[in-house]
Amino acid sequence: MLRDITIGQYFPGSSIIHRLDPRFKLVITLLFIIMLFSGGNAVCLGIGAVYTVTALLLSGIPLKMYWKSVKPLMPFLIITAVINLLFVRSGDVLWQWKALKITDTGLDISLFMIIRIVLLIMGSSILTYTTSPITLTDAIERLLSPLKKLRFPVHELAMMMSIALRFIPTLIEETDKIISAQKARGAEIDSGSFTQRARNLASILVPLFISSFRRADELATAMECRCYHGGEGRTRLRQMKSAPRDYIALAVTIIFLAAVIAAGRIF
Amino acid sequence: MSEIIRIENLHFRYGDSEKEVLRGIDLSVQQGEFVAVLGHNGSGKSTLAKHINAILLPTEGKVTVDGIDTADESRLYELRQTAGMVFQNPDNQIVSSVVEEDVAFALENLGVPYEEMRERVDEALRTVGMYDLRLHSPSQLSGGQKQRVAIAGVIAMQPKCLILDESTAMLDPKGRKEVLATVRRMNREYGMTVLLITHYMEEAAGCDRVVVMDGGGIIMDGKPEKVFSQVGRLKEAGLDVPQVTELAYELKKAGYDISPEIITGEECADALARLLGS
Amino acid sequence: MLWHGCSAAEVCTAIIIQREMPQLAILETQELTYTYSIGTPFEKTAVDHVSLTINEGEMIGVMGHTGSGKSTLIQHFNGLLAPTSGKMLLDGKDIWADKKNIRDVRFRVGLVFQYPEYQIFEETVYKDIAFGPKNMGLSEAEIKRRVLETANDIGLPEELLERSPFELSGGQKRRVAIAGVMAMEPRVLILDEPAAGLDPAGRELIFSHIRAYHRRTGNTTLIVSHSMEDIASFSDRILVMNEGKVFCFDETEKVFARAEEITQIGLDVPQITKVFMELKRRGFDFGREVFTVERARELLLSRLSERKGL
Repeated sequence: MLRDITIGQYFPGSSIIHRLDPRFKLVITLLFIIMLFSGGNAVCLGIGAVYTVTALLLSGIPLKMYWKSVKPLMPFLIITAVINLLFVRSGDVLWQWKALKITDTGLDISLFMIIRIVLLIMGSSILTYTTSPITLTDAIERLLSPLKKLRFPVHELAMMMSIALRFIPTLIEETDKIISAQKARGAEIDSGSFTQRARNLASILVPLFISSFRRADELATAMECRCYHGGEGRTRLRQMKSAPRDYIALAVTIIFLAAVIAAGRIF
Repeated sequence: MSEIIRIENLHFRYGDSEKEVLRGIDLSVQQGEFVAVLGHNGSGKSTLAKHINAILLPTEGKVTVDGIDTADESRLYELRQTAGMVFQNPDNQIVSSVVEEDVAFALENLGVPYEEMRERVDEALRTVGMYDLRLHSPSQLSGGQKQRVAIAGVIAMQPKCLILDESTAMLDPKGRKEVLATVRRMNREYGMTVLLITHYMEEAAGCDRVVVMDGGGIIMDGKPEKVFSQVGRLKEAGLDVPQVTELAYELKKAGYDISPEIITGEECADALARLLGS
Repeated sequence: MLWHGCSAAEVCTAIIIQREMPQLAILETQELTYTYSIGTPFEKTAVDHVSLTINEGEMIGVMGHTGSGKSTLIQHFNGLLAPTSGKMLLDGKDIWADKKNIRDVRFRVGLVFQYPEYQIFEETVYKDIAFGPKNMGLSEAEIKRRVLETANDIGLPEELLERSPFELSGGQKRRVAIAGVMAMEPRVLILDEPAAGLDPAGRELIFSHIRAYHRRTGNTTLIVSHSMEDIASFSDRILVMNEGKVFCFDETEKVFARAEEITQIGLDVPQITKVFMELKRRGFDFGREVFTVERARELLLSRLSERKGL
């Protein structure tokens, strides 16, 4: 059932990573991504892996959850790796059968790609697993707030994001209800001819759109009644305060990044 | 007691539609009153409510709340802090994914400093009995709880007047009781003026005053027992009366000596016992 | 226990009546259990070993507060949910014996959800009512007959049929949605809170149309409601659910005899019933359960006129 899907997978907890200031977490994640793509050799990747695994362990979330984040992408990764493996023609030939050949460069490229992407997904999952989506949105708003001077609608975007997050569970529940109701009238969503399916899909999407518009309308009125008038002069209940640990985490990340860049030059 | 809401000769039409939804309404509500506005769907009761905090503006006539003319745009935020509104669908008025942040929404908009905001949010949450669930997500709450969060979000503004626009219509009986008990307490303990828009007559029975609307006008206005005793007129207006009132009315019609102004079960049991015992 | 207080003759008549009119079970659950989100922290048994039988042609009221399991239970009746354990029988056959036939079960047991007007999607009222019958693969002529007939049953004038359902009033939309399920001509019609959110006149209108439909077709009808006041007046039997279990399932009169217990599980009994419970405490026993104003009036008037006569 739809309601079993958890979106924005967040696992509440009190690990050191959970307690980091979300703004720092965002910046650190950005640096982490740069780190993974900064160096092209095994040492660089090794340093990146050490960093990622340490962070995974510190987050206090079962490792199988991280595996879950990677699993759906595995087939895609393997196919890409195989294509790389077979179509990279430079380097020494390791194995050949008729027109197919595998070279050491091809092997390197495929392996690096897989490892890098797995690290990337797992590492960024730490951010979403340890930070609630709403906190994350808030952190993005605050980090981007200097852009307000350039007339970039930072507050509006963040408000849209947070309303979207707020309504995801509501809309999932509603979709569930509509699907059940149409099924009760004999609609088949997963079988039948193309036109039948299209019609049955309409029987779900039309009510969903109509109700979303109604909700949007009512919500807008309710917001106005609570004196909403854009981002100007707003204060916030949610306070973000940085602590020494945030600076330490940032420093450690910068050191790792520097090490990766250095290793990329040296080896 | 001072007057908090004053409505004079209010007429309202949507856009350039010919049909008047409100046809000349005069109403005065005193500070601290608990008023139920009853009417069937389409009687104009919700349209009337929406005039009190300037969601709608009169086509003709005047609405003032605590001395603020609702048509005065420069005082709009002041008006909306004075008259807070809770709507029908609890899902469509909660903005935030965290209960306490939703309660803070209005205060954030008004630029209330953090320390004061924290205090007012906590107080509002305690008043509606949702303090323990302040860190929950609204999607984990029952309908009645969501509606209490919505009420907290409004009373955090410390309004003088609370308008509930059919806020109980979508709730189950338990949720309805929760919400009503909360509003009753707001009225009793904080002297908050409450305007309860509803079509459930049993909710109106406990109010100070009942205003009945039909066809865009006010057809009855008075104490609940006086209003409900006019069973025939209420039924004509597409409304019900409490079962006990109807019973008293029937017995009276059959020639027995029973007051038609019975609205609670207790009063009815007493009256019947007297009748049967005499 | 059931016969407690009845004379032997009464017992015999009751048995004879039962023999003369064999009651055919149409829906039956056997130890039906449903558990949500198994294996997660949210695991919850919503329906817990429920065994009950509903007979052909009955009008049944279903009560219970939110979370009592009533909504989950009724979604088993037409195969929208499959039991975690136990059986769901329709006409004596397990509906899950052959999964491919489950769609057919949904045509035979029609389910109208709460606030059904939110599933309307077609551009005309006619088309929306025809959606179910069309999915059944009926001929145009048959669809037309059914749409016209149900529209009439539910009190929608024919000139509305070519209008957009979105232009209608709330109460009319609700009736369009109900007609959409009735038009499948299910043998069992289940309505979840058909009058929720409507004003008193709207409620009365919906209920009177449903009653008329039940009388005309003789179909088994189940109405879920929070309000005993609503269902008391027309149910043959009332099913009260509490915490996933059957709290009681009996004739209306007998269920009301347990009004005290029913208030204890957090359900409301009609105001008038409470008054008569109080009168009984004060020594005025009328010997019958009272749940409508009409009955209260009758009983009181006859008692009072008796006294006058004395």
